[in-house]
Amino acid sequence: MLRKSPFFIVVLLLSLILAACGGTQPAAEPTDAPEEAQPAEATEEEPAEPTEEEPAGDQPYAGTTVTIFGAYTEQAEVEAFEQGFVPFEEETGIDVVYEGASDFEVLIATRTEGGNPPDIAGFPQPGLMKRFADQAVDLSTVFEDGYLQQQYNQSWIDMATMPDGRIIGIWNRAIVKSLVWYSPAQFAEAGYEIPTTWEELVALSDQMVADGKVPWYAPMESGNATGWVGTDWIEDIMLRTTSVENYDNWTVPAAPEDRLLFASPEVKQAWEYIGSILLNEDYVYGGILSTLQDRFFDTGKPLLTGEAMMAKQGSYMPGWLLEDFPELTVGPNGDLNYFYFPPIDATYGSPVLTGGDVYSMYNDRPEVREVLKFLTTAQSIEPSIKAGTFIAPHTDVNMDWYDEANRGIAEILANADTVRFDGSDLMPGEVGTGTFWSGMVDYINGEDLDPILEEIDASWPAQ
Amino acid sequence: MQQQLQQPEKGSFLSWFTTGVGRVIVALIVPIITFAILWQSFVFMRDTEAPKLLIALVALVVGVVGVWALYIGTNFFIEQLPGRVRDALRPYLFVGPAMVILGVFLIYPAIGTIYLSFFDARSESFIGVQNYAFAFVDSAMLIALRNNLLWIILVTGFTVSVGLLVAVLVDRLSQWEEAAAKSLIFMPMAISAVGASVIWSFMYFAKPITQPQIGTLNAIITGFGGEPVLFLLDKAINNFALIAIQIWLLTGFCMVILSSAVKGVPDELLEAARIDGANEFQVFFRILVPSIMPTILTVSTTVFIIVLKTFDIVYVMTNGRRDTEVVANRMFNELFRFGNSGHASALAVVLLLAVLPIIYWNLRSLREQRS
Repeated sequence: MLRKSPFFIVVLLLSLILAACGGTQPAAEPTDAPEEAQPAEATEEEPAEPTEEEPAGDQPYAGTTVTIFGAYTEQAEVEAFEQGFVPFEEETGIDVVYEGASDFEVLIATRTEGGNPPDIAGFPQPGLMKRFADQAVDLSTVFEDGYLQQQYNQSWIDMATMPDGRIIGIWNRAIVKSLVWYSPAQFAEAGYEIPTTWEELVALSDQMVADGKVPWYAPMESGNATGWVGTDWIEDIMLRTTSVENYDNWTVPAAPEDRLLFASPEVKQAWEYIGSILLNEDYVYGGILSTLQDRFFDTGKPLLTGEAMMAKQGSYMPGWLLEDFPELTVGPNGDLNYFYFPPIDATYGSPVLTGGDVYSMYNDRPEVREVLKFLTTAQSIEPSIKAGTFIAPHTDVNMDWYDEANRGIAEILANADTVRFDGSDLMPGEVGTGTFWSGMVDYINGEDLDPILEEIDASWPAQ
Repeated sequence: MQQQLQQPEKGSFLSWFTTGVGRVIVALIVPIITFAILWQSFVFMRDTEAPKLLIALVALVVGVVGVWALYIGTNFFIEQLPGRVRDALRPYLFVGPAMVILGVFLIYPAIGTIYLSFFDARSESFIGVQNYAFAFVDSAMLIALRNNLLWIILVTGFTVSVGLLVAVLVDRLSQWEEAAAKSLIFMPMAISAVGASVIWSFMYFAKPITQPQIGTLNAIITGFGGEPVLFLLDKAINNFALIAIQIWLLTGFCMVILSSAVKGVPDELLEAARIDGANEFQVFFRILVPSIMPTILTVSTTVFIIVLKTFDIVYVMTNGRRDTEVVANRMFNELFRFGNSGHASALAVVLLLAVLPIIYWNLRSLREQRS
């Protein structure tokens, strides 16, 4: 009896526990069951049928949660993004949860490949998104024909389309990278003019040095991603010194034999251009050492104090300062303003380098579709636009949301002769997040250019 | 228990259960039911939408109690078997689950990794030993291999010899002083490698000479009129700067273990040597070191394996930039950043193969000491 009893107690205990758990189960089931059942049918049996014509009033998805996983963690940025969902959440009752990680490109790999993907993931790099194309839902089956074409210019859709025709992403926030930031007050005080050509930019830099000022600040330290600040420079200069075809063959060659090597004269020249600025100790605030060691999100600070005069950064730059300077204003009369990074060779017009977030869907549930559809509308980023840091890639954007400052950025984008996406985000990971970044760090450290470029070429995956 | 089961009156239907075969079948049902309950609760917990905390709590209770019940139940079943079978089976009951768990979570992934190391980036087509060719020919990999060697030699050499030296020297201090010295040296052990990397990144930070230094070491150097040193960027010293962190972390570990071994050496032995005219060096090298050799070997092996797997310090401080790459960091980047599981698997196998001889050697010397 004694030896038998513990076992029966255990069985009793277990059944009690199960009974206790069973009590909570019915409550969970009703929301559970339709979620599980519907998407499978919706995608496999009637792919062409749009499912977005739900009656808006009665909130069929109230109480459901949709998770979005993304790469941005800056508090002000996250708040603006989450705020964009408030009206949507009130209208539909869907709880949208954003989760950001600075190690996004690593974590998204573990999550998708481990079978635990977020409902929606926001990629800053379309190249990375395409790596997980097999797990992503084909969005051409989610939206009715023509809907995406109505919301976006074709070039945005093309960037999220796989060679086999599947559309695996939609664009949400866009940024313009071809900007140089400065303090209008500092410029006015010294009587500097905005340069419109490369020669003028260099002349202005020399003038600043002669005036005892430091023209540039380009801090690059970004943890595991250190180097991207410099690669943005290279891409912008590439667009200004060589043809778009060359740029495309450099970033995403149509065939392996078309690839424009890093060691080619065109690319090497772009590195030499950036070297003429960033390797010049007189030109850069804190010298090469600060370029290598200072955190990138401090870029704007010396501009405000006049310790440095100019910084080439994307349209998101003021957002980094909001935590320390919540009252910061951007514009011709604000604390900071920007000018278009001037063209170098008139033959190539006025090109613009862009970036942006592209969202993939991994779990096909009706409420996830609703959230994704909302992301295809400019309304979803209204607060981000009004915060002055982002541009809408959507066609239905209300121009009144832009203030004077970022309307100018939107105009730069609209007036561009060529628009190209950040090249390192398009290249294979080995290069785009590997040797291109580390090669940039080596170059700024003063190493010979040729071996660096050869090493980058060697790391380009063969297949 | 047998009396219990034999109580029902003979001849009735129930008596069938008291016969040998019936008893075994009944006993077999018990663990099966337990297993079924466990499995059901697992399935339930996997699919439920209940709060995560509640699920964790239930999992804890079901897991602990359930595994215990499974053991008792299976043991109860084995008890019912004839003597010889019972004795033969019982060891497997207790070793079996551990073997199965090791098999599923260690052997199977190891074989899987070796298999994948012969395939391409997306594990789709067989490409022979190309991944291994990459591991030993690629110029970035050669640097990583060189650095791993540097790490192994310097960290193992430093931590074990300094640990031993400290262990012997503190042995001569008063009890209070010994405790204080040991606690100080042991303290970094309590800091995670990532935490230590953050601490040391502040130590190593360099500002231009025109600006105030906020990094401790450079503040000292420039305080004495020197130029700021780029500890993490200067290729001549950055590997040593990283290695110093690991040494700082591990010396305490070596010291504590070696110290207890040193204390285990009988004083009479050392006294006898001294009376025979041995000086302190001879006592140390001829008496002390040989008598604690097994511990030194164990500590060295442990440090060797820890260092071979070095990842977090490099990942946090430099991510392999400026020629500081190590194999484990490269493996991580290949898999998660570059999406090349072929390269990553091959590097994992290289690390595994590098550990194997050490483990073999360690086991053999352990066996020799026993005999």
